[in-house]
Amino acid sequence: MRRVRIKDDALEQRMFLQRSLFATGIVAIVAVLLCGRAFWLQVVQHAHYVELSQGNRARIEPLPPNRGVIYDRAGRVIAENTPAYQLEIVREQAGDLEVALGRLARFGLLDPGEISRVRQLVQSRRSFEAVPFLLQLDDEEVARYAVHRHELPGVLLETRMARHYPYGPIGAHALGYVGTISEDDLPRIDRERYFGTGVIGKTGIERAYEQQLLGVGGYREVLVNAEGRPVKLLSDSDAQLQSREPQAGRELRLTIDIELQRVAEEAMAGRRGAVVAIDPSNGDVLVFASLPSFDPNGFARGITRSDYLALTENPDQPLFNRVIRGTYPPGSTIKPLMALAGLEYDVLKPTDTVYCPGHYSLPGSRHRFRDFKREGHGTMDMENAVMQSCDVYFYRLANTLGIDRIHDAMVRMGFGVPTGIDIAGERSGIMPSPAWKKTAFSGRENQVWFPGETVIVGIGQGYWTATILQLASATALLAKRGQHYRPRLVRALVDPQTHVVEELTPKALPPIELKHAENWDIIINAMVAVTSGPRGTALRAGRGATYSIAGKTGTAQVFSVGQTEKYNEKDVAERLRDHALFIAFAPAEAPKLAIAVLVENGGFGSAAAAPIARAIFDKYLVKAPQ
Amino acid sequence: MMYGELGGSRTRRTVTGMARVLGALRLDGMLLSGLIVVSLFGLFVLWSAAGDNTSLWFNQLARIGIGFTLLIALSQVPDHFLRMLSPAVYLLGLVLLIVVALVGDVGKGAQRWLDLGLIRFQPSEIMKLAVPMMCAWYLYQRPLPPSIRDVGVVILIVILPVVLIAEQPDLGTALLVAASGMIVLVLGGLSPAYLLGGVAVLGAAVPLVWRFLMHDYQRQRVLTLLDPQSDALGAGYHIIQSQIAIGSGGIFGKGWMNGSQAQLEFLPERSTDFIFAVIGEELGLLGLFALLIGYLFIVGRGMYMAMQCRDAFARLLAGSIALTFFVYTFVNAGMVMGLLPVVGVPLPLVSYGGTSFVTLMAGFGILMSLHSSRKLVG
Repeated sequence: MRRVRIKDDALEQRMFLQRSLFATGIVAIVAVLLCGRAFWLQVVQHAHYVELSQGNRARIEPLPPNRGVIYDRAGRVIAENTPAYQLEIVREQAGDLEVALGRLARFGLLDPGEISRVRQLVQSRRSFEAVPFLLQLDDEEVARYAVHRHELPGVLLETRMARHYPYGPIGAHALGYVGTISEDDLPRIDRERYFGTGVIGKTGIERAYEQQLLGVGGYREVLVNAEGRPVKLLSDSDAQLQSREPQAGRELRLTIDIELQRVAEEAMAGRRGAVVAIDPSNGDVLVFASLPSFDPNGFARGITRSDYLALTENPDQPLFNRVIRGTYPPGSTIKPLMALAGLEYDVLKPTDTVYCPGHYSLPGSRHRFRDFKREGHGTMDMENAVMQSCDVYFYRLANTLGIDRIHDAMVRMGFGVPTGIDIAGERSGIMPSPAWKKTAFSGRENQVWFPGETVIVGIGQGYWTATILQLASATALLAKRGQHYRPRLVRALVDPQTHVVEELTPKALPPIELKHAENWDIIINAMVAVTSGPRGTALRAGRGATYSIAGKTGTAQVFSVGQTEKYNEKDVAERLRDHALFIAFAPAEAPKLAIAVLVENGGFGSAAAAPIARAIFDKYLVKAPQ
Repeated sequence: MMYGELGGSRTRRTVTGMARVLGALRLDGMLLSGLIVVSLFGLFVLWSAAGDNTSLWFNQLARIGIGFTLLIALSQVPDHFLRMLSPAVYLLGLVLLIVVALVGDVGKGAQRWLDLGLIRFQPSEIMKLAVPMMCAWYLYQRPLPPSIRDVGVVILIVILPVVLIAEQPDLGTALLVAASGMIVLVLGGLSPAYLLGGVAVLGAAVPLVWRFLMHDYQRQRVLTLLDPQSDALGAGYHIIQSQIAIGSGGIFGKGWMNGSQAQLEFLPERSTDFIFAVIGEELGLLGLFALLIGYLFIVGRGMYMAMQCRDAFARLLAGSIALTFFVYTFVNAGMVMGLLPVVGVPLPLVSYGGTSFVTLMAGFGILMSLHSSRKLVG
């Protein structure tokens, strides 16, 4: 039976009430669920999400540290940081990029050949980023930009700190330079420390003291939006953004006297060569000159390719550090040391004489080792042999000593080993010996040491090569009668904040003690005679000096002269002429400065090299006595 | 003493005066207060979420004005008039949906808009009210609890517009429309057996819906919900960023206008569908709780009013309007907090977006009309 249902409002209302309460219950449950979820996200997982949101919004912007300033020994600034101007372009502000680039080229702010490179560079970055495209603006370019600025929307003139060397090329080889970090630099650096810096010491002191000069970079967190664009919040008091101030690198006080260096370089002007002046009492290098020099500012501000090629393709090799990387036969400059070795090994007395007929032959050999003075010096005692630079005397002495004793003595005076100066790249030269020859040559027949090779070592020729720094260091040793210091370019480090000075102690090397200390005086007196004696080879350089100079000239052969040829300087092309050398220290009785000078293809040492040393002595000892 | 007496009497006069005005306008003071408070809260948050775009904020202000005007207007309509109009409104909505399917404008990849020259609107919004009206109208004429035949008819009433809306595609609105109709059915006394059976059928239908009815992007959204990190910069981006925003807000929030996620534009749709995350980030757990309490007050008051209505039509429709309002809240908050897939449902009364706010206000206008009609006979 089918029952007809009619509406029962009371029933319906009751049922509605019941269902409503049921629904309200569900609402309550769902509300609790939502609250629970909010609690989970905002309380339980809060720290996790805070971290995620920090990562979202903050971008770290580096604050590069100021590189340490470098001073010379008198406190003159020789490397500093100055603002440099660069042009940057922001694509989204520049309007049509092609038009902007075209205008830049027309206003002479962009080389037309560079347009495609800059376009590529700009398009590879995000549209709101400022892309530097011209790094080194001179005053004229800055002025041109100022005139046309209104036509160049989105092109900005920005300053950054760049290394500046106020003395330019003077002392550049000692100082070195900074440059953009390259692929080659990456293995030797901790990349995090260079975040935002971009430049690194490439050579010289700038490289050797990189760790001290660099400083510690700072950073600043910048708010960015989802596109990575920096933004400012309306209320800018956000304490959660972190920053760290950069710490400037340490200042260096050098041993270089930049004005003395200037005197040396001006005396050398127009020549190729090297000059080193050392304070023998502590190894301080006051002059470190390699000529021709170059302007390190070019590297610091971003050198153009053509400028770089001009430097590398220059036949005079201005980038070549002749002081520590040039190795030359020391020539006659080592004769005082050779004489000292002879005395020390008791193979001769100062009064023993040798007759010089203008040539020397080994017993049983017809080969003639020629003296530079064809007619011969006549009878020579030690002082005369040094003063007049008699080759025959030293040929004979070398033969008597033998190569092994010569080698041992000269290695003790620093030949054949690096001096250990505090910049990199030093070469050790060659102090030859039979043992050395075995390793240096491959063919068995080339490995045999011949007695004739010993003979020419006696006058600083043959296989013997040395750097000018080694020569200067040996001269300092002689000046201090065996006391010996490692040459150095930096004498103190200064903290730029606290101004605390860390003096570096001079590094004393094991002194050379002679069996007969008076032998020093014999040798030094002979060297004084070189600049003051009746037939001294450097008489002209010593003339009129108010102090006594102990010196020795030298001439290093660039090519061999045949057995019977007469060497004629004028006939030989300039680059095949002999190198002129001179070593000296002064005042002889209380030495303050030891100098070694090399003039490439300068001819006789007395004429080309000695006056340069004299100019430095005059400046240092007379004009500014210490 | 004097002051207190004077103040007290003035307050009393003001309150009674207000009550008289509200009564004359057939408005419910408590519900209206709840709506106003939540709307003002929404405006407050929107100022921050809109960022520099102040015109957006003034647009919303204008729409709130329109919404409340519509609420007052609809509350004046007698309930029997509403009942009488129900089939017509429903049919009109259905026709418009078909028209939209044929000639509608395409916005954001979906065909939802009807351009009538002066105004563009989404006919699916009409259905949010027309469907529960139609269901309540139908059940009003039948004895309750509904017979199986009646249940079938109601389901048909619901399913027709829902399919049309889902095809636009607008899954969010389709879901809400379906919910509003089903709520009527449940409140009308659908037996628990049917209810459970229906849930079972729906469960069984999920694979079919997944395979045949859902669009690729909809499937993607569901998959993304299960593992947002699988596509952190694509489909999962919304969910991840909104949870970061809420989670990083903590208990007290980062402060109004100081939400980095929202202000720095990491949070997508921050003034519309994801504004709940802005509240969580800037005002913290306390802000979210405050808002939820506001919503619960509105829902509770709505249900209380529904219980007082004089006939089945009024009760069912009023209850459906109140509960659907909560479904909105749940779907939006659940989506933003990573409990539900991303469906385009705005946060009621707070999200920027005109049609949604106006439709809600129309619903509450109807609710007030249904409620106040009771007094005329009582």
